Amino acid sequence: MLKTKAGRFIFQLAAFLLAMGFVSLILLATGASPLEAYKNMLAGSVGSMRKFAEVLVSFVPLLLVTAGLLITFSAGLWNIGVEGQIVLGAIGSVWVLRQFVDSAMPPAMVILLSILSGMVFGAVWASLAGMLKTFGGVNEIFGGLGLNFVSTALTLYLIFGPWKREGVASMSGTEPLPDVFSLPQISDLRISPYALAMALVAVAIVYFILQGTYFGLKIKAVGRNIRAAYLLGIPTWQYSLYSFLICGALAGVAGALQVTAVYHRLIPSISSGYGYLGLMVAMLVNYQAVWAAPVALFFAALNIGSIQLPILMKLDSSLSGVLQGVLVLFVLLTEGVRQRFVKKA
Amino acid sequence: MNQETLLVGLAGVFAAAAPIIFAVMGETLSERAGVINLSMNGTILLTAMSGFAVAYTTNSLILGFLAGLLIGALVALVVAFASITLKQSQVAIGFVLALTCRDLAYFLGSPFMGVNGPRLQAAPIPGLSAIPVLGPLFFRQEVITYVSFFAIFIAWLWLYRTRPGLMLQGIGEKPAAAYVRGANVNLMRYVYTVIGGAFIGLAGPAYSLGVRAGWMGTISGLDGIGWIALSITIFGGWNPVRAAFGAYLFAFLQWLGLVLQPVLTQVPSQVLQVAPFPLMILTLLLVNIGNAEWVERTLAAMPESARKFTAKLLRAMRASPPAALGVPFERD
Amino acid sequence: MNVELKNIHKRFGKTYANKGINLSIPSGAIQGILGENGAGKSTLMKILSGFIQADSGGEIVLDGKPVVMQSPADAIRFGVGMLHQDPLDFPPMKLLDNFLLGMPGKLFLNRKEAAQDFNRLANEYGFNFDPESYVDSLTVGERQQLEIMRLLFLGARVFIFDEPTTGISAAQKTKLFDTLQSFPKQAITTIFVSHKLEDVERLCDRVAVLRAGELVGEFTPPYETKKFVSTMFGKEITLGERQPAKTGDVVLSLKNVFLEDTRVRIDGLNVNIRAGEVIGLAGLEGSGQGMFIRACAGLVRPVGGKIFLKGKNLTGKSYYAFKREGVNFLPAARLEEGLLPGLSLLDHFILAEKPRGVFIDKAYGQRLAEERIKSFNIRGTPASMVESLSGGNQQRAELALLQTPLSLVLLEHPTRGLDIESMIYIWSKLKDRCKQDGAALIFISSDLEELLQYSDRLLVFFSGKVSEPIDASGTNVEQLGQLIGGKGWPQKGDIHA
Repeated sequence: MLKTKAGRFIFQLAAFLLAMGFVSLILLATGASPLEAYKNMLAGSVGSMRKFAEVLVSFVPLLLVTAGLLITFSAGLWNIGVEGQIVLGAIGSVWVLRQFVDSAMPPAMVILLSILSGMVFGAVWASLAGMLKTFGGVNEIFGGLGLNFVSTALTLYLIFGPWKREGVASMSGTEPLPDVFSLPQISDLRISPYALAMALVAVAIVYFILQGTYFGLKIKAVGRNIRAAYLLGIPTWQYSLYSFLICGALAGVAGALQVTAVYHRLIPSISSGYGYLGLMVAMLVNYQAVWAAPVALFFAALNIGSIQLPILMKLDSSLSGVLQGVLVLFVLLTEGVRQRFVKKA
Repeated sequence: MNQETLLVGLAGVFAAAAPIIFAVMGETLSERAGVINLSMNGTILLTAMSGFAVAYTTNSLILGFLAGLLIGALVALVVAFASITLKQSQVAIGFVLALTCRDLAYFLGSPFMGVNGPRLQAAPIPGLSAIPVLGPLFFRQEVITYVSFFAIFIAWLWLYRTRPGLMLQGIGEKPAAAYVRGANVNLMRYVYTVIGGAFIGLAGPAYSLGVRAGWMGTISGLDGIGWIALSITIFGGWNPVRAAFGAYLFAFLQWLGLVLQPVLTQVPSQVLQVAPFPLMILTLLLVNIGNAEWVERTLAAMPESARKFTAKLLRAMRASPPAALGVPFERD
Repeated sequence: MNVELKNIHKRFGKTYANKGINLSIPSGAIQGILGENGAGKSTLMKILSGFIQADSGGEIVLDGKPVVMQSPADAIRFGVGMLHQDPLDFPPMKLLDNFLLGMPGKLFLNRKEAAQDFNRLANEYGFNFDPESYVDSLTVGERQQLEIMRLLFLGARVFIFDEPTTGISAAQKTKLFDTLQSFPKQAITTIFVSHKLEDVERLCDRVAVLRAGELVGEFTPPYETKKFVSTMFGKEITLGERQPAKTGDVVLSLKNVFLEDTRVRIDGLNVNIRAGEVIGLAGLEGSGQGMFIRACAGLVRPVGGKIFLKGKNLTGKSYYAFKREGVNFLPAARLEEGLLPGLSLLDHFILAEKPRGVFIDKAYGQRLAEERIKSFNIRGTPASMVESLSGGNQQRAELALLQTPLSLVLLEHPTRGLDIESMIYIWSKLKDRCKQDGAALIFISSDLEELLQYSDRLLVFFSGKVSEPIDASGTNVEQLGQLIGGKGWPQKGDIHA
C-alpha cells in the first residue's frame, strides 16, 4: 500500500495537515488566532479580482523559475544560483530598454528585445555556474551562491553608479523607464496577459521537453546516473551545461518580466526571492512538471495573502514563508518515513 | 590613519569575525563527521532573533546565548534525523531549513524589532589589556570574542590532539574503516551534527547581543552570512585554524571596504561592502581547481620544472573534503 | 588461538550464503579457504570477524569459549582481526595517525609514545615505515603490512586474510608469506582466503573448500591441484557441442599495448580479434582483465602501444569515438554503471537507439520495448522501472541495450546470477546478433564452464600476465583452473593458438 499512488497521497496529506498544525501552534504561541489568520490570507489572495490579479503577478516569475529548475533538477543539479540569474535577466532587460529611450523603434519591438536580452543574460550567468562546476570543480551550490552575491553587488553598483537616478541615488532603484516600455495590462489590473501567457507556455514547453523529447530524456539520464549515461553515449557534461542554459534563460525571462511588467526599473531586490521559492516549489512537486503550475499558484497566493496581515492582525507577512517552508519540510520528512517503511516491508 | 585608529579597527575585525568563527567551527565539526548542515543561514538569523528576544525578556545575556545554543542544536537535530535516520538528501533538508528558519525569525521577531535590549560590553582583561599593541588588539574585547578565540583552540585541539577527534576524522573519511575500529558511526554523526549546530547557534546571539546589537528584522543585514560561512568552511579545508584564518580575512576585507570608502569615492559604498563575496568565489575556485580533471591533463603536458612548481602550488591551496561527506553509512 | 565454527548458517532472502558449516582450526595453523566467487567464503569470514551475525543455531568457539561478536570492534577484543581486500585504512592520514585511530587510551593522544611503539613493532617484523609519511604514498602490499602491525598491536591472535595477494608485487608477496610463516611460532592462527591455488598450496598447512555455501572438502598436504579444482567447481564437467567460429576480417587489433592502474600492470600485449570470434577472458577478479576490456572500449587509455579497430587507429581517442565505430560495452555493475535507476525500460531502449528527430515517437518506442522485452525474455513491462526488476532481468535488459552498428561487443560477466536456461538463451541471442552484424565479442567471466563453452579462444589473466590466446576446444576446466590460480604457466611461446 505504501508504494501505491494512494499511499503516497496519504503521506502527503499527512504532511500538509502536520504543517498546518505546526504553523497553527506557532500562531497560537504568538497569541494570534490561526483560523483568523488563514481566513485573512484567503481573503487577501482570492477575495477580489484585484487581489487575484496580484497573485498572478507573483505567480508569473515563480512559475518561470520553477519551470527552469525542473530542468536542472532533472539533470541532477542544484541550481541555487537561480536568484542571480533572475537578477541578471532584469539587468539585461533594463540595459536594452535604456538604449532605446527616445528612439524611433516601436515599443513592442523594444520590449521583445529586452526580454530576449534578459534571457541571454540569465543563460550566460547560469553557464558561469555550470562552467565553474565542469572546469573548476566548484560545486554548483557554492558557485551559484557566490554568483548570487556578485549579482547583488552588480545591481547595487548599477543603481548607485552608472544608472543612478537623476540627482540622488537611492535604494528605491534606477530612474523609472518610460511608460511605453511596460507590457500592456488587463484594464486596471496589474497583471499582464502576455507575461502570464509566457509563464504558462514555458512550463508547458518544459513539460514536453521532459516528457516527450530525446533531449529531455538525455537530461534525465544524466541526472539519474551520470556514469551509465556516459556509457550509453550521452555527452554528459554538455548536457549538464545545456540544462543550466535553459534554466538560466527562463530565470532571465522572469527577471525581464519583473522589469517590463512589474517594476519598470531596476531595484535592489528585483528577484524578490522567487529563485529560492522556486526551488521549494520544485521540491514540493517532487520534480514533476504537471504539478508545477497549481503549486506555484498556491505559493503565490500565500505570498499575496499574507501582505495584509501586518495591518489586519499585527502579524509579520513572513508567515507565508514560514508556511511554505514548513510544508516542504514536512513533505520531505514524511517521504523519508514512507521510504523507511517501504524498505522494512 | 594613526596607529590608535588602526589598532581599534583591527580589534574590531576580531570582534566582527567572532560570530562567523562560531558558525564555521560548528560547520567544520559537522562536515568532518560527514553531515553538511546547509541550514546555517537560517539558523544564524533564528538564533540572532531568539537570543535577543530571550535576553530582552529575561534581561539575562547568558540566557540569550543559551537560547541560541539550544535552537541551533535543535535545527541541527532535524538535519541529522532527516539525513542519517531517514536518509533524505542533506542538501534538500538543509536548504528548506535555511529558508524556513529565516522566515520564522522574521515572523516571530517582529515584536522585538528595533527595541533597545541588553548587549555585551567590552571586558578588558586586567593586566593583559595594558600590553602595547597586543592589549588593544586582543584583550579589550567583549567576552564572546574571547570565547571565539577559545572555540578555535578547542576545535583544533579536539580534532588533532585527542582520540575521539582522530576518530571523528576517520568517520568523515571512511566510515566503514572507522566502524571496524569501534566507532558507532551514525550515533557519532548525530552527536557532532548537534554539537556543530550548537556552535552555529552561538553565532546569532553573538551578532544580536554583540557586534550588531538588537534585532532589525529584514534589515538586520544578517541574511547571507550563513552562506558566506559555508564558503569559508570549504576555504578552510575543514581545518579549524585555516577556517579561522578565512573568517578573519573576510572580516578584514569588509573593514577594508569601509576604510577605503572615502578614498574610492567613485565606487558606491554598497559595492565595497559586498566586495568580499565575489572574492569568496575566486578562493573557492582556487581551492577546488586542483580536483578538476583537465588541470591534471594540462599539468602532465607542462615542462618538468613548471609542472612541479604548479603542482606544489595547487596542492598547497587545494582542500579535499572528507571523502564520505554527504554519504549515508550502512553497515553492509 | 583455537577457532571452532559450529553449524554456521546465513541466509540472504531465499539463498543460503552459508549452510551448516563446521570447521575447526587448531591454534597456530595456517588454514586455507578455497572456493570460486559466490561460494560463501566472504560471508563466513564476515561472520567470524563480527561484520555480520550468523543466523541463530550456530556458534563460534575461541579457545573453548563460545563468543558472541556484535561488531568488528568486538571481534578484535576477542582477538580476531581481519585484513580486507581493499585495506580499511585512511589514505589521506599519516601512518602514525592511521595506527593510532581506534586505539584505546587516554583522551589526549601521545604521539611520541605511539611513534615508539610503532617503530619498535616495525623493527620486530622487519617493516620499513616512516610514521610521519602518508598512507596514500604506500603500495597495497605496504598498507597490508601496516594493518598487520596495527592488529598485532591490538592483540590479534587470529588473522583473517581476504585475497591478500591480489595486487601486490612478488617481492611483497614473499615478505607477506614470511610474516605469515612466523605466526605459528607465536600461536597465532591464520585464515587465508583465496582462489589462488598456487598461494594456498605454498602457504597453508590445511585447506577447506567451499562451494555454494557448503563446506565440501578438507585437505592436508600433499595437495593435488586437480582435486582442488574438481572440488571447487563441482561435478565433472561435460562440454556440449561447440560451434567452431567462422571468422572474418580482423576487427580489433592491439599492438604492443601497455596498461596500468594502481594494482596491476600489463606489458606489451599483442592480440588480433576477428569478426565472428568470441574471446573469453579468464582470471581472478582484479588480474587485469577488467582494465583490458575497458581499454578495448576506449575507457582506459593505454600508457603505450596502439589500438586499431577495423584498421582505424583509435589509440587515445575518446569513448565516443570507439562507440561511433560500433564498440558496445556493457559493465558488470548494472545499477551503478549500466542502467539508470528511476527510468523505465522504455526510456532505456529509446536512449540506446539513434534519436529519430526531436520528439520521441511513443508508439514506436512502445513497440520497440515490447519486442525487446519479448525477445530477451525480460519479466517486466515497458513502464517498469529498472531498479524494480530482478537481477537476472536487469542483466537481460542491459543486453537488450546493444546499439547498432555493432562491430565489437564487450561484456563483463554477461550471465552472472542467471540460471542455466537463461544463460543458454542469452548466448544464443548474443551469437545471433554478432553473426548478423559481423561483430566480434569479448567477455569476462568467472564461470569456467561458460568460458569453455562459448569462447573460441581464451585469454587467461594472472596478476597482469596475459596468456597467449588459447584455443577453447583444446583445453579443459582443470588446465584453465590451474592457469587462473597461477599454476602451470608456460614460458612464453609454449601454448599456441
